[in-house]
Amino acid sequence: MADPIKVIEVKESVFANNDRAAEALRERMHDAGTFMINLMSSPGAGKTTLLSATTRALADEMRVAIMEADVDSDVDAHTVQEAGAKAIQLHTGGMCHLDAAMTEQGLQQMGYEDTDLVFIENVGNLICPAEFDTGAAAKVMILSVPEGDDKPLKYPLMFEVSDLVLISKVDTLPYFDFDRDKLERNVLLRNPDAQIIYLSAKTGEGMDQWLSWLREHVSDWKRA
Amino acid sequence: MHELGVVFTTIDTLEELGRENDLSRITRVTMRLGEVSGILQDYFADCWRWACGRTELLKDSTLELETIDAVTFCTACEKTYGTVEHGRTCPFCGSDQTYLLTGNEIEIKEIEGC
Repeated sequence: MADPIKVIEVKESVFANNDRAAEALRERMHDAGTFMINLMSSPGAGKTTLLSATTRALADEMRVAIMEADVDSDVDAHTVQEAGAKAIQLHTGGMCHLDAAMTEQGLQQMGYEDTDLVFIENVGNLICPAEFDTGAAAKVMILSVPEGDDKPLKYPLMFEVSDLVLISKVDTLPYFDFDRDKLERNVLLRNPDAQIIYLSAKTGEGMDQWLSWLREHVSDWKRA
Repeated sequence: MHELGVVFTTIDTLEELGRENDLSRITRVTMRLGEVSGILQDYFADCWRWACGRTELLKDSTLELETIDAVTFCTACEKTYGTVEHGRTCPFCGSDQTYLLTGNEIEIKEIEGC
């Protein structure tokens, strides 16, 4: 006789397992006193450039590590290593995002317990990375001026989940029709709690504000 | 590409459910997808067929997709309305102080197997 067919009611989000793994990872990193940031943007917004500048600026104050997630290649890991960060390159094997399990594997390979601040440089993409919790303590996204002030309308989830929105390449503002008021309205409509910082890793404008945000969050994480 | 990532995540969960419930085959999977979850049902079904064909547990399974309507709530006039039709601006009072009540779900509702 054939096995009886069972019907099982599940009623659970497909992200539930990932969310649980992410929460557990976040707790372990809290115990270790390591603040992890999930940094997201579209390709070319300036993630690697910003991370190189940030690593150099914080070199005397804290130990910074960077996990580069890309579909392929290790170009970015070399770049940030030259800036002085401990770095590891993760290949997502064709996937457009990192999840909590991949993040944890990378962290184990790299070792994070002696590190104050870990950046995940997520795959350049404004859609999928927003949906998968990696276990990071904070989500930061970069929108570069050339991409335009209408992006919060087109990629609402990314702006909804981000704690901090960095507007990069502000040195190019004179050349683009980028309306700061419109951008702020569009971001705050999606996410009333979002903070916005305007900066340029090239000229250094706004970097102080970004570095203060980092210092404050790293020390709060260690204290709490 | 986005749908494929979600399919892989779903299959991971189903394999775990299969182990927990001692199933050697899952014959039917019913999922509920919100209207504004960002999932295109045709793409999702294509990715599903391809990915499930590679697993013993799911290779003969059928996929049933149900849609959850997207409904938005307006905090200004406290009315609800259809998100797909009207977007983020309330059609009753014109306020943009609105939020989504339902419609972004990607859920496994039920599975059948032996």
